[in-house]
Amino acid sequence: MNVADLIDLLLQHSPALIVAVPLLGAFITPLISRLNDKVRNVFVILTLGLTASLVFLLASDVFTGNIHTYIFGSQDLALPVVRILFEVDAMSAFMAIISVILSLVAVIYSWSFMKENTGLDKYYTLILLMTAGMLGMELTGDLFNFFVFLEITSISSAALVAFWTNKAKSVEAGFKYIVISTIGALFILFSIALFYGQYNALNMAMIASAMQYTFLDKIALVLLIAALAMKAGVVPMHMWLPDAYSKAPSSVTLILVGATQASLYGVFRVCFTIYGGAINLSSISIGWILVILGIITMLLGVAMAIIQTDFKRLIAFSAVAEIGYMLLGIGTGLVVMLNPEMTATGLAAMKGGIFHIMNDALDVGLLFLVAGAIYYATKETSLNKLGGLARNMKYTTVFFIIGLLAVSGMPPMNGFASKLLIYESTYQLNPILSIIAILSSIMLLAVFVKVFHSAFLGPALPKFENVKEVPKSMLIAMGTIATIIIIFGLFPEIIVNSIVEPAANALINYGDYVREVIPSFTGGV
Amino acid sequence: MIFNIPFIAVAALILIGLYAVIFKRNLIKMVIGITLIESGVNLFLITLGYREGSIAPIYTSSPGGIMALPVPQALTLTSIVIGVAVLALMLSLVIHIYRHYGTLDVRKIGGPEE
Amino acid sequence: MFTLEPLLETFQTGSGFWSPIIWIVAIIVAFLVAVILRGFGKKEYKEKTGQTQAFLSGNPEYEKEQMHIKGSNLYWGFTESLEWVFDALKKMHTGNVSDYALWFVIVVAILFIVLITGENLMGAI
Repeated sequence: MNVADLIDLLLQHSPALIVAVPLLGAFITPLISRLNDKVRNVFVILTLGLTASLVFLLASDVFTGNIHTYIFGSQDLALPVVRILFEVDAMSAFMAIISVILSLVAVIYSWSFMKENTGLDKYYTLILLMTAGMLGMELTGDLFNFFVFLEITSISSAALVAFWTNKAKSVEAGFKYIVISTIGALFILFSIALFYGQYNALNMAMIASAMQYTFLDKIALVLLIAALAMKAGVVPMHMWLPDAYSKAPSSVTLILVGATQASLYGVFRVCFTIYGGAINLSSISIGWILVILGIITMLLGVAMAIIQTDFKRLIAFSAVAEIGYMLLGIGTGLVVMLNPEMTATGLAAMKGGIFHIMNDALDVGLLFLVAGAIYYATKETSLNKLGGLARNMKYTTVFFIIGLLAVSGMPPMNGFASKLLIYESTYQLNPILSIIAILSSIMLLAVFVKVFHSAFLGPALPKFENVKEVPKSMLIAMGTIATIIIIFGLFPEIIVNSIVEPAANALINYGDYVREVIPSFTGGV
Repeated sequence: MIFNIPFIAVAALILIGLYAVIFKRNLIKMVIGITLIESGVNLFLITLGYREGSIAPIYTSSPGGIMALPVPQALTLTSIVIGVAVLALMLSLVIHIYRHYGTLDVRKIGGPEE
Repeated sequence: MFTLEPLLETFQTGSGFWSPIIWIVAIIVAFLVAVILRGFGKKEYKEKTGQTQAFLSGNPEYEKEQMHIKGSNLYWGFTESLEWVFDALKKMHTGNVSDYALWFVIVVAILFIVLITGENLMGAI
């Protein structure tokens, strides 16, 4: 067998392998941990590296326009339910890239950051499980399977949030997280049961093709949007998010950002694909619900961020605000979807929203890593006690400036490119929306200038005299993300054309997703 | 089925569970509330697959007649397994919380952040 | 084949465009101007002499900790004048997990009313 055949074979089986590799790796990790700590760390990094290369391989094919399906169970179409289907379109691949990059960086960062802790075999096992869960959520084409992966992600991330069990606040945050996730997941299961009772199907494409938009479907829609939005941290159900983000170890927070966005992906998949055909039947657009939620999320997140005095809690609230931008962009796309005059606006809004998902993951992720680095060096997260750290931690300061500019949408960073798309397209829908979006961006800048001033500038404080720069693995992790941010900022056109636009089109043309499973489907053209 | 009793039970279980989560102060009672919601959802799934007078779906030794749909039962089994994992994790976190705070009152362990 | 041209493309946003490259050039120019202006400064600065001491109108210098403007000192006027907003927001974040679940129920109820009653209303009109 030559190399080309092997790559073809890998590509064909990649949807299954992407989930299987981290899942198997997770359970081998405790065994390898018995040998040696370094060997284990290398093993985990290699496992995630392999997963990442499989994701990139799959994505490179999916972005050319192919939709990949992978069937577990009966290949016979006459037995429609006795199988689980993985279906990967450009949007799934896009989200998978984000998740896998975040996990890989988090593991590299953990090498030094978590070095002093015990129980690291469990830590790495949980991280791999969480990665497998996130990737599964993004690749699956089956609703019940989605629920299972959602629960895998929730359980492992709740355990990771509470990893520092010697801290009362961490345990408490972990408990809040698991309670909220479980309630959300159970209501998702309830709506899956509603679908199953009506359409006798669990497959997203089959449900989408049979969608009647009955009264029960409306209940299911409300429950799905509310539960997934809660897991994505949409105001006013965001309150678990600052608790969990700020009390978890920074490396875990980075993956939590990915897990939150996987839930957000669920919202979009539900609105665009499952209820894709129902938009015509509804006189109140689901899009407006998303837009209004987005606006509230932005304003409240940024207002709460201004008054925070804890470094990580402040970043967590600005992460809430960032989620508002994605909802605003993609909601605008959904609002104008049926208006043929505004197709270009809709596409631009969708591109902005989707591009912002990736930018937010990178920007907020980088800031969390910087916060972790400061905690590692000073054992302090309160902004009232930090000061003058730019003298001791030069690289960290540079990374913080990059993250600061990117997250507040300052040119020439990547955050500006996606926010510009969102501002322009929402302006055409309603100028007030874009004014609010710009206002929140300015306030975000103010928030981070405050952090920059109080943590990095100011006189050299005597108690931080001996603070040193953080170890190399943490610098490498932060440097990787900072490099990606700068590349995305300098060449936004390439990124948007090659990966963001296919993802936006995949959401808009939901018919292609359905036709991959049910060739006779005629809607969504 | 008489008066749709299973569906009424589903609604009752979910509402009682939500009530316990929202209004009960004891963490253990909140956990019980979550398991109640879970039982409600599981009962809903099982009820969907049930037909009156049907038998267990064992194809090889079927005496004939209507069989209950096996898929919801498989889903319920999966959901129960997940539920056990969640329950174990929640209770272990409750133990840790009790060690730190010495109380299970949800109002005393929360408290606004600084 | 890798070419340089796509890297220099302008970013089209549907109704406008922007070019990061031009921006970078502008930043570099501004930086050069700043460096040149800095070059006009006096060069008699000596470390570890009286020149480096802070001069506060003849008053004694405070401790370093007291000199530093802390996180919660910043934007004091802003937060003070909008106190009613921030107080309401703080009150909303109780840190109690029961309230988090309550918010979920409230949002479900609102969405339900909007989606179902609202649709019937629109249908009636």
